[in-house]
Amino acid sequence: MTRKRSILFALMLAAVAFVATAQTVTITYWQYYYESKVKLMDELIKNFEKANPGIKVEQVTFPYESYNQKVAASIPAGEGPDIINLFYGWLPTYVKAGYLEELPASEFSKDYFNKNFYPFVAESVQFGSKYYSVPTAVRSLALFWNKQLFKDAGLDPNTPPKTLEELQAYAKKLSKYDAKGNLIQAGLAMQPTGQGHSWIREVLFRQFGNVPYSADGRKVTYADANGAAALKWYTDLITKDKVGYPNFATDDVTAFKSGKAAMNIDGSFRIATLNAVKDLEWGVAELPTYKGIKSNYASFWTHGIVAGTTGKKLDASIKFLKYITSPEVQQMWLEKVGELPATPALSEKYKNDPVISPFLKGLAYAHATAYVDEAGQRQILVDAVDEVYLKNVDPAVALKNAAKKEQTLIDDFWNN
Amino acid sequence: MKLSTKRSVTAYLFLALPLVFFLCVRLGPMLYMLAMSFTNWGLLRRTVKFIGFKNYEVLFTDPVFLQSLSNTARYAVFGAPIVILLSLGIALLLDSIPKGKGIYRLIYVLPYITPVVAVSWVWRWMYQPPPLGIIDGVLGALGLPAGEFLNSPTQALPSILAVNVWVEMGYCTIIFLAGLQTIPKEISEAAKIDGASDRQVLRRVTLPLLMPITFFLMVMEGIQFLRIFTQVYNMSMQATGGPLNSTKSAALYIYQKAFTNFEMARAASASAVLFVIIMVVTILQIRFFDKRVNY
Amino acid sequence: MKAHQRTRRWARALPAYIVLSLLAVIMLFPFVWMISSSLKDVTQIYQLKLFPERPTLDNYRYILFSTSTKFPHWFLNSLIVAVSTTVSVLFFDSLVGYTLAKFRFPGKKIIFLLIISTLMIPTEMLVIPWYAMIRAMKWVNTYWAIMFPGMISAFGVFLMRQFMSTIPDDLIDAARVDGLGELRIFLTVVLPLVAPALATLAIFNFIGNWNAFLWPLIAASKPAMFTLPVGLANFSGEAGSDWHYIMTGAAVAMAPLILVFLIFQKQIVKGIAMTGLKG
Repeated sequence: MTRKRSILFALMLAAVAFVATAQTVTITYWQYYYESKVKLMDELIKNFEKANPGIKVEQVTFPYESYNQKVAASIPAGEGPDIINLFYGWLPTYVKAGYLEELPASEFSKDYFNKNFYPFVAESVQFGSKYYSVPTAVRSLALFWNKQLFKDAGLDPNTPPKTLEELQAYAKKLSKYDAKGNLIQAGLAMQPTGQGHSWIREVLFRQFGNVPYSADGRKVTYADANGAAALKWYTDLITKDKVGYPNFATDDVTAFKSGKAAMNIDGSFRIATLNAVKDLEWGVAELPTYKGIKSNYASFWTHGIVAGTTGKKLDASIKFLKYITSPEVQQMWLEKVGELPATPALSEKYKNDPVISPFLKGLAYAHATAYVDEAGQRQILVDAVDEVYLKNVDPAVALKNAAKKEQTLIDDFWNN
Repeated sequence: MKLSTKRSVTAYLFLALPLVFFLCVRLGPMLYMLAMSFTNWGLLRRTVKFIGFKNYEVLFTDPVFLQSLSNTARYAVFGAPIVILLSLGIALLLDSIPKGKGIYRLIYVLPYITPVVAVSWVWRWMYQPPPLGIIDGVLGALGLPAGEFLNSPTQALPSILAVNVWVEMGYCTIIFLAGLQTIPKEISEAAKIDGASDRQVLRRVTLPLLMPITFFLMVMEGIQFLRIFTQVYNMSMQATGGPLNSTKSAALYIYQKAFTNFEMARAASASAVLFVIIMVVTILQIRFFDKRVNY
Repeated sequence: MKAHQRTRRWARALPAYIVLSLLAVIMLFPFVWMISSSLKDVTQIYQLKLFPERPTLDNYRYILFSTSTKFPHWFLNSLIVAVSTTVSVLFFDSLVGYTLAKFRFPGKKIIFLLIISTLMIPTEMLVIPWYAMIRAMKWVNTYWAIMFPGMISAFGVFLMRQFMSTIPDDLIDAARVDGLGELRIFLTVVLPLVAPALATLAIFNFIGNWNAFLWPLIAASKPAMFTLPVGLANFSGEAGSDWHYIMTGAAVAMAPLILVFLIFQKQIVKGIAMTGLKG
């Protein structure tokens, strides 16, 4: 080439390179560290980047305990990500603190949510009638049971209890004690710090005829006679029937994994953990009913767009959001993480899967508590159970105390 | 330049960086904390404004804070004297044996050297209720009832206290032993020649001579127990100072307020209160011992 | 001493030996139980046997070599932080101690009291402004953030000042007469004279720094930046149920310090005694 032409060529190359890099948008995605989720997200990012040259996605993760601290420290300082993964219960706090921006209504309308997601999702991703996040997957609760321990106790390993009465009877049969009367095998793991508090809050209260919160979530209504009866039924299992107690064998998961608890109420997120345990024969069933009433607690982790994301980054973020909540990804999520698709229609083909279907059935009648401070509200019910079991407080009194504390907490949030 | 001035300049030069360090890292932040305790500073709030004594009002009407103060008091009031009495006794025993002091000393100080976090988790493992925990296993084998330890609102604090005593004992024993070994043998021998019994020698000679050390250790251990954090964090369920806030120390309360609730100003007021308590307790101890130390 | 006198002495000491030995067992047992548990796999961990039926090193392999844990990383972080702060403390604490002990200048007493008074300020009070500081300076998740509060220690200043005051003035004056600069005098004449104190300070600073928990817990939110104690707490909290791993993790976290302890035992015991006697 002549000198002039080679210079021109070089300039053209430079121009192309410049334009190409100028058009590469990099967005950051944050989630808490959960091995299967992180690994899958790496894969998804690769797929997305291939399909969208010009967009690069960077995933950053933090341990669960310090996640909110990191968020609180970084986002106000302008050092947050573009897309953030959060527990649905944190949404009110995040929105109030100004961490999230409203999802563009053109892409994420009311119809879009009502058509594609479970009702409890559509309700919980809103704040002040605006939509702030969209999830990939959801979780619900079910009854896990240890088939070998059932056999050992003379129970049919393929027939789990279906009602609360049966649950109580089975739990008593499955509990074992040593010569001194210490519990060495729990018929039913009783762990409010795990899923126990959710079982009480959204399932037991309702099954005993109570509605735990007002429709707008701002009033605590579980401290009536029915609620007290529900709490008493739960704590009686600990104090009278002695089928289990909080922190037995460290916690419910340890107990169930090591065959020290015959049954446990736990979430779909536990499936992967249990699959990894050798020599554990277990089954899953829908939560027991009571007086014909079914209820369940659903929860989910959801993705939002961080406030201040605009222009090209916003466009890229929307594209990425749409991709990670798409049907194909929801499917992958179920297979690799074990969380259920947030879009009801996708669960059709798992209708008969023995492990997945109890959770799916539960989603149909599930409620997601409108938390304003999940950790704080969890602790309040944990303490209520502790007061009954450790300090012999009457369940009705403990429940009244809890309701008062929780009401103060909720009022503080809305009034400040 | 005069020689003395030149020396002074050198001195200031040497001290410049360290002084800046202490001002920026210790004194400055403390004053900052005191100031911020009068605001509504929180990581979830977008603005900061002055609110006077409101934080302190809320603090002293918060039953959880009051509980944490009560717990902290119990840690200190029981912990420090127990450690000191036990260590003193052990040091006296060690002093009396002809051989083997060195080995025992090494064994006793081992818990003090190792990371408290590691030690806390080992004890937490040992404290597990049946069928997991070894302590209840041993109690059961001896025909005794199982202890609830960390799961009981009445046993949890003493259980954690015991661990801290176990950790601090080696440190105090070594210091007491060193003190005992500096007491000239002639004094106790002279007393014995005068007809004093062993017990009288202990009371009238040894213990008074150990007063400066006892004083030093009371102050050190008192402060140590008042600030207890790591064991409580690592030995309570989900690090919340339970069950039912029965183990929550003031330091853990401060940490939770700041790093779980993000209420920095409230945490600041709580830490100001803790600081005042430490100061007051230390000054009271100094005054109490001042008369007795100078014999 | 005559034979029968010697026997009597041992006989009289017997009760003491019994008590002391029982106590030694209580002091050591947790460590023994920890090691025993670390050698048990998940099927044996709940058996209350002192000696595992089938001891295994698998837990150690997992803790040290698997990619899902970060123990070697945390060990490195702890090492970097502990060594850096110790070097800094050795230099600055002795420099300040020397200046306070051997120089005359206006304001000396006030400065000394100021420094000592910082000993009264509990760390719990300072972590919040420190946290605000590292956020503002963008130091979060850096080694500097974890290290900076420990770079100079008031306790070390106090200790070094006590030791420096025992150095004869003549030595320093002689060096000055020889024309050596002040800093050189400090480095080449003074420091070697307090070598034992420096050694003690180094060991204690290293240990204290290694075991620090509260501030490193706050300063590092990324697992890669944890120091060993923080990593262990995090790991144990997440593993929740995996006691065989937690005990192995605890053993691994303790091992470096036990090594330091065994090598420097005389120094450590002497050092503790010294702080007590001079304090």
